[in-house]
Amino acid sequence: MFKKEIPPAPKSKLKSSVQRGIRQSILETYPLLARHIEEIIPKKASLEQMKLPDRAALYILDGEPLFWEHDDFEPLLPHLKLVHRFPEAFPSIRIDRGAIRFVLSGATLMAPGLTSPGGRLPAPRDVPEGGEGADEEGRWSRELKKGEPVVVMAEGKVEACAVGVLVEGTAEIKEKGKGPVMEECHYLGDGLWMLSTD
Amino acid sequence: MMAETQRQEIVTEPQSRRVTYCGVCSLPPEYCEYGGTVKKCQDWLQKNEPALYDTIWSPEALEAATASLSVEAQKRAAKDAQKKAAKAQAAEAKQADKLANSHIVIKRIERNKKKFVTAVIGLEAFGLELKKVAKDLGKKFATGSSVTKTPSGGEEIVVQGDVSDEIEEFLLEKYKEIPEDNIELVDDKKKKKAAAAAAGAAG
Repeated sequence: MFKKEIPPAPKSKLKSSVQRGIRQSILETYPLLARHIEEIIPKKASLEQMKLPDRAALYILDGEPLFWEHDDFEPLLPHLKLVHRFPEAFPSIRIDRGAIRFVLSGATLMAPGLTSPGGRLPAPRDVPEGGEGADEEGRWSRELKKGEPVVVMAEGKVEACAVGVLVEGTAEIKEKGKGPVMEECHYLGDGLWMLSTD
Repeated sequence: MMAETQRQEIVTEPQSRRVTYCGVCSLPPEYCEYGGTVKKCQDWLQKNEPALYDTIWSPEALEAATASLSVEAQKRAAKDAQKKAAKAQAAEAKQADKLANSHIVIKRIERNKKKFVTAVIGLEAFGLELKKVAKDLGKKFATGSSVTKTPSGGEEIVVQGDVSDEIEEFLLEKYKEIPEDNIELVDDKKKKKAAAAAAGAAG
């Protein structure tokens, strides 16, 4: 969704009540971030908002992009720079090597890139309460539903390469093995990534 | 399997990680191969982060990375990379070409016999932000300075007063990327007679 370059827009300070709301919704959407929240948005800090084209908005703290949202997407989505800082706090799937170059040029993520041997989809297993996470192979501990935000890792790479909202639950993806998985995402090197936030 | 070990370290130590990003293409270095400027990225990484360079671009690492792909997929990926590099190169060449060919026009416009404004046209071709430059010019000359839209659709900076020579000097001094030959000074007098003649002809 950020294929085109984004012209830098002026930032504006948020009201502290709005900021509290955002903080709350971040915690709701990403419970695993709870222990980092003080580091991401300290209580005293004042968050800034940058309006982007197509009714999207980016939230910035001290020149560091944190989250972005779109009117049509309910959840706040993390900027990839934030994902790189706290990779273990976001539900993830993994694509195989062959799919990386397509994702990085803005293509819709398709199921075969996940179901192939190099890809990873969640493998449900019992984990202690609040102890969600990926296993050694990078499989998340529960099935993810349609509409959930998800981070896309890549085979053979340490860092995440994209983030977006699932258009198909992971269980269905396993079943069908084809079709789109994630549309309109933020990926490395797109307009949002290149946007200067200082 | 590096991803997993790193992830586990973080669980025990809840602090944010610092990721190094490539100074050329701004991606994490392991993704440089998809950025289109691979050669430059490699040089940059070797110079600035030799340790990282070794883990990513050492022959063993490269072999491990390509081993999982089928021969055909490898070929396709290579072709794709080539295409991307060519594209990036072409874009760069085009940019350089454009820079060499674009001119800045500093126009002195007579406003009222003894009063002038100075318009600076074409700065955006050099990647300058008009608004910021306008502010700087205003500060430098202590006059009004604004960005205005031209009828043809572009934007220009209009500075109050006749400061064309000073602007030229200022631009050359401050923005070294502008070649002197590309700045042109123009004097634009109000063409009262011509306008009157045109009106007369029409009437």
